[in-house]
Amino acid sequence: MLDVLGYTFMQRALLASVLIGTVTAVIGVYVVLRGMAFIGAGVAHASFGGVALGFLLGVNPTLAAVFFCLATVWAIAWTSRRAEVREDTAIGVFFAATMALGVLFIGLMGQYNVDLFGYLFGSVLSVTRQDLWLSGVLGVVVLTIVGLFFKELLFITFDPEAAQVSGIPVRRLYMLLLTVMALTIVLSLKVVGIILVSAMLVIPAASAYQLTEDFRTMMVLAVAIGNVSAVGGLLLSYRLDTASGATMVLSATAFFFASTLLSPRRREAGPSPRGVAK
Amino acid sequence: MNAEREPVVELSHVTVRYRDVVALEDVSLTIAAGDFLAVLGPNGSGKTTLIKVALGLVEPAEGTVRLFGRAPQDLGKDWSRIGYVPQVSLIDPRFPIRVLDVVLMGRYAQVGLVRRMSRKDRDAARLALERVGIANLAGRQIGRLSGGQRQRVLVARALASEPEALILDEPTTGVDVGTTESLFELLGGFHREGLTVVVVSHDVGVVARHVTQVACLNRSLIVHGRPGEVLQPEVLDCMYGGAAALVGHGELPHMVVHRHPGERR
Repeated sequence: MLDVLGYTFMQRALLASVLIGTVTAVIGVYVVLRGMAFIGAGVAHASFGGVALGFLLGVNPTLAAVFFCLATVWAIAWTSRRAEVREDTAIGVFFAATMALGVLFIGLMGQYNVDLFGYLFGSVLSVTRQDLWLSGVLGVVVLTIVGLFFKELLFITFDPEAAQVSGIPVRRLYMLLLTVMALTIVLSLKVVGIILVSAMLVIPAASAYQLTEDFRTMMVLAVAIGNVSAVGGLLLSYRLDTASGATMVLSATAFFFASTLLSPRRREAGPSPRGVAK
Repeated sequence: MNAEREPVVELSHVTVRYRDVVALEDVSLTIAAGDFLAVLGPNGSGKTTLIKVALGLVEPAEGTVRLFGRAPQDLGKDWSRIGYVPQVSLIDPRFPIRVLDVVLMGRYAQVGLVRRMSRKDRDAARLALERVGIANLAGRQIGRLSGGQRQRVLVARALASEPEALILDEPTTGVDVGTTESLFELLGGFHREGLTVVVVSHDVGVVARHVTQVACLNRSLIVHGRPGEVLQPEVLDCMYGGAAALVGHGELPHMVVHRHPGERR
């Protein structure tokens, strides 16, 4: 089995998996705790429009997706603020509109594109050197930003109102969080696939949430689970000849159910966690 | 009591609208340094809105807001002079975080973006926990506390920035009378040490005995003054629509609520 590591494509895929397992888990902690799963799914689907645009214009589809996803996530934030619609409504609008644009772009290309199929469902074989570099740079950017603003991001996730009253620029930090979330989605696109990438934002962090009551421990556990799911899923997919993204997501799902069953939170806290009133 | 200190909050003819609904109408209120003020009013009277507009969390449609003599958006570093204690029910008790880490948040803004917490910050957080009497709970996850203890965690967080004023939104909601009583004794102690304390509450009875100033609100400001002078039957009538009665007991009047309009207990 280990002889597959001799192949360059597999080395690239492994590196990409470690990167994805780490970065999605870190950002996933905020996604899970702040209830951003839907905006994650929305931006992931928006990347379809970006990838299609990249093919249409003949530029690197992942790079096109970076700009497209950033534009989408900022547009969602701006719309939900200015148009006085709820954020999930704004996500619903852009989710559909960007995918529709993607379909339109494909139509304009006038030919069926196999690569696009790979982007939808994830494809290990297609990870090029250039893709890996791009993902690596994005990953470093994301992790650096989280590292720099670690305490502030925790505060705005836990209690945004008190954060604002203490003088922390909550709105700008939330935009920053949305931005790094979009970058995280894009860097994971090629391996996990457009359809499944948002699952990697949610599942490792949700599994870790079941296992600890400490924020930093949750992040460490999420990264561990994310890495084991991504790398394990990759090797398993090679062995079983299954789609890599789907195998990764299902591996993470197995962790989720296991951690839910083992959860000390559930055992000790009882059925009513929201014990505010009395 | 401390005339040379600038007022903590100055609201001048403030009106707040949520779309077409008027939440606050033409409210002018000055909270002087050293006050222990209770903002009283029934549910939906705009008490929380008053706090939010005073803290710059909500924009006034009309009028001006000043915090320490400045517009909230210009406060900058001086946010640390205010300790805000939100309603405890807004905190997710399942959030994976421990008490000391919550209290440390009170130091974040002073430490500054990007910078790390120092030993001094940890000491300040521990001291704040000691001041509210729950230093022994520093390592607990916040969900594993009673409502009253969780309230104290938020008070400690507010104290951690070493503020001049504490502003508490509905600290009496969802906790029993004994807990409320001991919280107000604690706040009274901070007030005697020189802190300005502002408490929003719909609970006239417990509050009135502890504070030095009362502001009665029912969308507009009905009256503002010392509790003994202000809490007259006519005022309560206006606020609670004739559902309340005063009972003479000790120095200050207590209120017995027969029916709380629009309130679920």
